[in-house]
Amino acid sequence: MSSEVVEQAAPLGSINASTDPTFKRKIRAICGENVMECYQCGECTAGCPAAFAMDVAPNQVLRLAQLGFADEVLESSAIWLCAGCETCATRCPRGVALSKVMDACRQIAVREDKPCKQANVLKLHQEILRQISTFGRVHEISLTALYKLRSRDFFSDIFAGIQMFLKGKLGLIPSRIKDRREVRGLFKH
Amino acid sequence: MRYAYFPGCSLESTAKEFGASTDLVAEALGIELVEIPDWNCCGATSAHNLDHELSVSLPARNLGIAERMGLDVVAPCAACYNRMRSAEMELKGNQALRDEINARLTKKYTGAVTVRSALEVFTTPDVLEKVAANIRKPLSGLKPACYYGCLLLRPPKVLGFDDAEAPTSLDRAMEIVGAQPIDWYFKNECCGASFGLSKSEIVVKLVGDIVSNAKKHGANCIVTVCPLCMTNLEMRQAAAGKLRGEDLTMPVFYFTELLGLAMEVPGVKKCFASHLVDVNPALDAIGREPVAAEVES
Repeated sequence: MSSEVVEQAAPLGSINASTDPTFKRKIRAICGENVMECYQCGECTAGCPAAFAMDVAPNQVLRLAQLGFADEVLESSAIWLCAGCETCATRCPRGVALSKVMDACRQIAVREDKPCKQANVLKLHQEILRQISTFGRVHEISLTALYKLRSRDFFSDIFAGIQMFLKGKLGLIPSRIKDRREVRGLFKH
Repeated sequence: MRYAYFPGCSLESTAKEFGASTDLVAEALGIELVEIPDWNCCGATSAHNLDHELSVSLPARNLGIAERMGLDVVAPCAACYNRMRSAEMELKGNQALRDEINARLTKKYTGAVTVRSALEVFTTPDVLEKVAANIRKPLSGLKPACYYGCLLLRPPKVLGFDDAEAPTSLDRAMEIVGAQPIDWYFKNECCGASFGLSKSEIVVKLVGDIVSNAKKHGANCIVTVCPLCMTNLEMRQAAAGKLRGEDLTMPVFYFTELLGLAMEVPGVKKCFASHLVDVNPALDAIGREPVAAEVES
């Protein structure tokens, strides 16, 4: 397992790169947050547990969004390496919930079919949602197996997985709820 | 005291000790937990990452069933609690969204019931008094690093529980059961959450920071309130130690296991057998019999 998690900082768009002034409105439409409130104090980046691994720092995500550099955000690793810990939203002196902005950017990136730099992270989330729409719950053993298959990462954690299985922590039989149809209905909107 | 109980997906599998110890401790304290019938997954991290409405509607279905039961919800898992409570607050504040989602649900949520975490329910002054009265053998000698993690505390505007930057509820509970919780700097720092599976390098780094700081401040165990924190702290401490060139071996407990241990609730000790990291050094520190592992690690 590599200890090199720090991504090379992606060069920001040149001043001649095209910008999209509607980007910030798309974000606001999804999550209600106004990126223009940010005055770049850096508190979010300072408290972010995953910033060390990001190509674009959390406060830079907001700056890029303010200026309309949509692809620099939507195609970054950063938006997928956000752990959702809500430290940024808790500490922002301007009351901007960057955590919700990150959610919005992830949703826009998928909706607009942008190339995803952290495909495995996205695949795991999609697999979880697929399980929920099928069973109503997540079955951890088949989730892990299917995730490993789709991400082609077969062997890491195999020892821990076997340990967990032997300790009764990974049930063989998926539990499915009765009203799966109602849950499936929530996915179409 | 009766609650609608939301176990969530992990309490029946990778966090089965949390589920088992919560049940046992609740029973010992006279708190009735009525499982929400036919509950569905709350959506956890994946729903809010990919689909905003889904992140509200999946919890909403469970809230609607609980409302029909006429009971407030208790959710031990930090992620489930955070998602359900966030959905509660959003549905209460947005009539249009509430109507849209309720149109798809047979049991509708109108805001009549609220969501609490297991930590919240077990650390109210009344319940702590009951715990104190039921202690058989205090956990003196145990020096836990109380690890709250993220989702039980943040964002404070939504959750309204304890103090997001300087929490004390878990520390208080540990003091009551006779332990000496240590003062340390990583009480509410993220463990890396769902990256445990998809980007474990991040978790290794963060777990290393957390466990190292706990050791530095004299902890002989870490006590958690979240299934994912527990799994990450147990699974990644060896790799983190290797990376840092430190011995980061550290037993980890769910807080309900320790409440149960102090009250000597029958059945609690069985939970320790399935931990991934041997808890016997911690049990030894408090003069308790070692437990045999279910399976040789």
